Amino acid sequence: MNETLSGLLTIGVLVVMLAVAHVPLGNYMARVYTTERHLRPERWLYRLAGADPAKEQNWKVYAASVGAFSLFSIVLLFLIIVAQGILPFHNGETMHIDTAVNTAISFVTNTNWQSYAGEAGTSISVQAVGLTVQNFASAAVGIAVVIALIRAFARHETSLIGNFWVDLVRTVTRILLPIAVIVAVLLVVAGVVQNLAAPMAVTGVTGGAQSIPGGLVASQEAIKELGTNGGGFFNANSAHPFENPNALTNLFEIFLLLVIPFSLPRTYGVMVGDKRQGWSILGFMAILWGAAVALVTWAEVAASSGVAGSMEGRETRFGIWASSLFAASTTSTSTGAVNSLHDSYSGAGGAVLLLNMMLGEISPGGTGSGLYGALVVAIIAVFIAGLMVGRTPEFLGKTIGRYEITLSALYTLVTPALVLVLGGLAISLPVAKAGLLNSGPHGLTEMIYAFTSAANNNGSAFAGLTADQPYLNLTLALAMLLGRFVPMLLILALAGRLVAQKKRPATAGTMPTHTPLFVSLLVGVALIVTGLTYFPTLALGPIAEALS
Amino acid sequence: MSTATTTNSTTRSTAPKKAAGMSAASLVAALPQALVKLDPRHVFRSPVIFVVWVGSLLTTVLAIISPSTFSVGIAIWLWITVVFANMAEAVAEGRGKAQAATLRAARTETVARRLVGDGPDEEAVPGSELRLGDRVVVEAGQIIPGDGDIVEGVATVDESAITGESAPVIRESGGDRCAVTGGTTVLSDRIVVKITTKPGETFIDRMIALVEGASRQKTPNEIALNILLATLTIIFLLVVIALQPMAAYSGGTQKVVVLIALLVCLIPTTIGALLSAIGIAGMDRLVQRNVLAMSGRAVEAAGDVSTLLLDKTGTITLGNRRATEFVPVGGATAADLADAAYLSSLADETPEGRSVVELADANYDTGSGDRTVAGLQRDGATFIEFSAQTRMSGVDLASGELVRKGAGSQVAAWVVEHGGTEPADLKAEVDRVASSGGTPLVVAKQQTGSPATVLGVIHLKDVVKPGMTERFTQLRTMGIRTVMITGDNPLTAAAIAKEAGVDDFLAEATPEDKMALIRKEQEGGRLVAMTGDGTNDAPALAQADVGVAMNTGTSAAKEAGNMVDLDSDPTKLIEIVAIGKQLLITRGALTTFSIANDVAKYFAIIPAMFTGLFPGLGTLNIMRLSTPNSAVLSAVIFNALVIVVLIPLALRGVRYRPASAASMLRRNLLIYGLGGVISPFIGIKIIDLVVSLIPGMK
Repeated sequence: MNETLSGLLTIGVLVVMLAVAHVPLGNYMARVYTTERHLRPERWLYRLAGADPAKEQNWKVYAASVGAFSLFSIVLLFLIIVAQGILPFHNGETMHIDTAVNTAISFVTNTNWQSYAGEAGTSISVQAVGLTVQNFASAAVGIAVVIALIRAFARHETSLIGNFWVDLVRTVTRILLPIAVIVAVLLVVAGVVQNLAAPMAVTGVTGGAQSIPGGLVASQEAIKELGTNGGGFFNANSAHPFENPNALTNLFEIFLLLVIPFSLPRTYGVMVGDKRQGWSILGFMAILWGAAVALVTWAEVAASSGVAGSMEGRETRFGIWASSLFAASTTSTSTGAVNSLHDSYSGAGGAVLLLNMMLGEISPGGTGSGLYGALVVAIIAVFIAGLMVGRTPEFLGKTIGRYEITLSALYTLVTPALVLVLGGLAISLPVAKAGLLNSGPHGLTEMIYAFTSAANNNGSAFAGLTADQPYLNLTLALAMLLGRFVPMLLILALAGRLVAQKKRPATAGTMPTHTPLFVSLLVGVALIVTGLTYFPTLALGPIAEALS
Repeated sequence: MSTATTTNSTTRSTAPKKAAGMSAASLVAALPQALVKLDPRHVFRSPVIFVVWVGSLLTTVLAIISPSTFSVGIAIWLWITVVFANMAEAVAEGRGKAQAATLRAARTETVARRLVGDGPDEEAVPGSELRLGDRVVVEAGQIIPGDGDIVEGVATVDESAITGESAPVIRESGGDRCAVTGGTTVLSDRIVVKITTKPGETFIDRMIALVEGASRQKTPNEIALNILLATLTIIFLLVVIALQPMAAYSGGTQKVVVLIALLVCLIPTTIGALLSAIGIAGMDRLVQRNVLAMSGRAVEAAGDVSTLLLDKTGTITLGNRRATEFVPVGGATAADLADAAYLSSLADETPEGRSVVELADANYDTGSGDRTVAGLQRDGATFIEFSAQTRMSGVDLASGELVRKGAGSQVAAWVVEHGGTEPADLKAEVDRVASSGGTPLVVAKQQTGSPATVLGVIHLKDVVKPGMTERFTQLRTMGIRTVMITGDNPLTAAAIAKEAGVDDFLAEATPEDKMALIRKEQEGGRLVAMTGDGTNDAPALAQADVGVAMNTGTSAAKEAGNMVDLDSDPTKLIEIVAIGKQLLITRGALTTFSIANDVAKYFAIIPAMFTGLFPGLGTLNIMRLSTPNSAVLSAVIFNALVIVVLIPLALRGVRYRPASAASMLRRNLLIYGLGGVISPFIGIKIIDLVVSLIPGMK
């Protein structure tokens, strides 16, 4: 079977799997967040946290809960990392203080940027009780926030948008944990490592001695993809044969990182009582994702067909098609796991990967964050184009007025501001530039990629940039922190405004938001706003490289 | 409520409607005003234009420090951009100025004859010193000193100063026609007016402020749009600021002039420049239709309206019932019936009576040439007027022939009294007419010496104004529900509602019912518009999102509504909605156009900045612009010129046809979205062809 055919088959099977899974999973998630019933273990957790699950919160209390929980998580994870020397299962792994700060923020913000080498920087304990726990928690926080926003659209004339603790706990106990357990077992069956054994000493083919660590890989791998986290157990991440041994696990891992973000539009459609609304958001996400997959694959196949036709930075067991599919999916879901070296991609291919993140992680984006990002695009689109039908713009019966547009506009402003300011600063400071492997446009791309990845909470690295140094560790941590929580705060404030509004009934005079026309409008707005923001940067980086 | 107020609604003679377009002359006339508006305090009100203003200042300084054709060219065109933006606003404001001048003339200082206490004694005080509750005497030839209600007397008043209508109107104490406006002139009689508005806040004062745009507040939607534009401006500011270190890293530090040019091209100057002009022009379009909106917010709300409450009489129907059909019964012929109906109605001067005569004249030979009221009376005929007791009218001819017309039961009784019998089919026909919403009038005749006979039924009905059904259909496609308000019984109301094609009706409506209906609609999230003129309409007018008070109405009504229709034409509500929608559409269309324009500007400026550094980026120069300097300047010039080109559109408003939101969106996205992407590619290319001829642009 030639590579094109197998590549197309892989994509085809993936699309079918997603198409089959998203409706039941989306419906199930909608039920999870609307039912009144609490499970017994959940009650124990609420009692432990001192939360009253029956009491719903307004947006301020909800946001404060998100903030308190996340701050607690950052501090706890930081302490676990710093104390890893005295915790069990320690094999000499170490981390600088600034790297520890970066790592703690990185995992709590669902970014999973790793400026350390996975197996050399963190012990098995840290990975298991620190990182894996955050893989669950950070993904759940993202989903909780979008559920609060969805409730704001679904409800009217109230101030209550749900209870954060209930949303958080249920996401973990009823969605992430059960799926992750099944997935981990399947991954073990498929060949992923799961042990607590000491590193294995082997002699390589050239006679050199090598120490190969094992660990609780499969369990972490499951949530790494499912929660769009992306922090690898090993430095080589999903390119490592212990994490991603074969084509089957590769396809399965891509499916996992896409499945929740692509199912949430269904949840949204069900919860707002109009499934067509879910379809249009899903269509918008799918078009952008499909285009990215097609463009990256096309660019990479074209780049590899010449004399220099290269498999540089790719695993032979995946090949160009499956690597491109993984790369396009991981950058468009804010996952950031990699099964190939993005630095080795062609100018055009690299540009698309970068653009995927610059879109704001909405195609389909991270767990929760992808959908709320897409809904903000919808609000902006409704506001600009909605005026053209001759009415004050409204979305799902909620008027997009002064406060709604202020919050949405600020949301749109946050990540570009972080990328442009911090990226622009880094590229002009010798202390940061010293970390660059390449010069010229490729070097610029490496630097911008790092800040884009951090600010959009993707976490994938272009490689080439040696980021494990205090300046970059701390500024990237800042980008991750602000890039995660400022938008969340704005989303919750937006939810607070929307939920208090009356719901205006849809008439023939209301701009329809479920039509193909609206989907293309969304695509247009997302591309134009992103394009206008990043065109000069892209021109000096990957575009200059591609056109040279 | 009374809506028979269309007396002065049809023609306007004195104030000619201004042409909707704009001439080059009006642009030139606006130039001085545009230059005055260069004052930073004024420019600061629009964040986008303020950025351009700062950019112009910076480039001017830079052009002075190191002059070159390019930097001077950029500096000049940036200033021109600001001037053009100011000009748009100045032109829009200029249109209201003429109207304001006319109004000012009416606001001359008057001497009021104030009554002292309750007594008949008068004292002369300046009109500007009147207080609320003062009572003043105005006689023929005098100007009414302030807004108020007539408490005594009746007079004809010339209101042309505010309505432009030269025919005088009658104003009388009590009832719904008691309101008078300061600045209008009493033509006959003597009235006593109780002042209801403080001097300086009178209707004319408010009108002047409105048409001049002096009291213009930014509307909610305008504020929201401004916030979005400001955010875009900040993003582009960051883009341009971050570009310099990246360019420096790449080895090609950019000139500050070029960066400023890029910034100005990217920020949404087009919509930023035209935004206030669009708002002013929207108000102006209402003024041209003789409607005064008390706030821009009201105009916007008009676009959002989803329920229209329309009074039946005068709005949906012609206002009076008309005879539409003669239905013969009991073997009589239609011609006999028409003839008798004609005779019985000849002396009936009510609109219904006249309509019977007209219908008979139009369809049957009534011999109207020689059978007139006066002629028949001369021959000895006696006309019997309608009375509440008999509930019949008719005529006793000289030949002894008796003709009667009236309510079914009365006429039937009269026939029996005069030896006749009630035909078997009469009741069925009477019921048929009644159930169709009409009013049946039965006609009977008695020839000399023979028993009386019933000839048939006249079908009187409310006639729906021509074209109303189509308008309701249009409204429905726009997603607007129409509710007919009437005092009729539910049966009649249902029939007319069906005929007119309204979506719903409120029969036997009291002011409380109306209020309840508005509340119910609003609770369902709908915006409601209505018209009204009576004092009992005031609460509903205030509750409605758009309340249009008729100018002939009471001051309470005018105070409660947020718009006043000087023509007092309730049908105009539909036009008002269209104007509100057009205002919002224009804003959205130009915003979309403005943002879409940026794509081409990037393709002009980015290759110009960096092709020297990375020759490969020359591929992006898809317009094949001649030189980097020419490319940048051409983009800046296009950016400025597009403002002027779009001023007429901003003032006139985007073409608007009632259609569903989906089809409007499709059309406008195509024109202003796609058009906005494509047109600057062409425009910049053409400008470049000219600019590249300038020496020193290499």
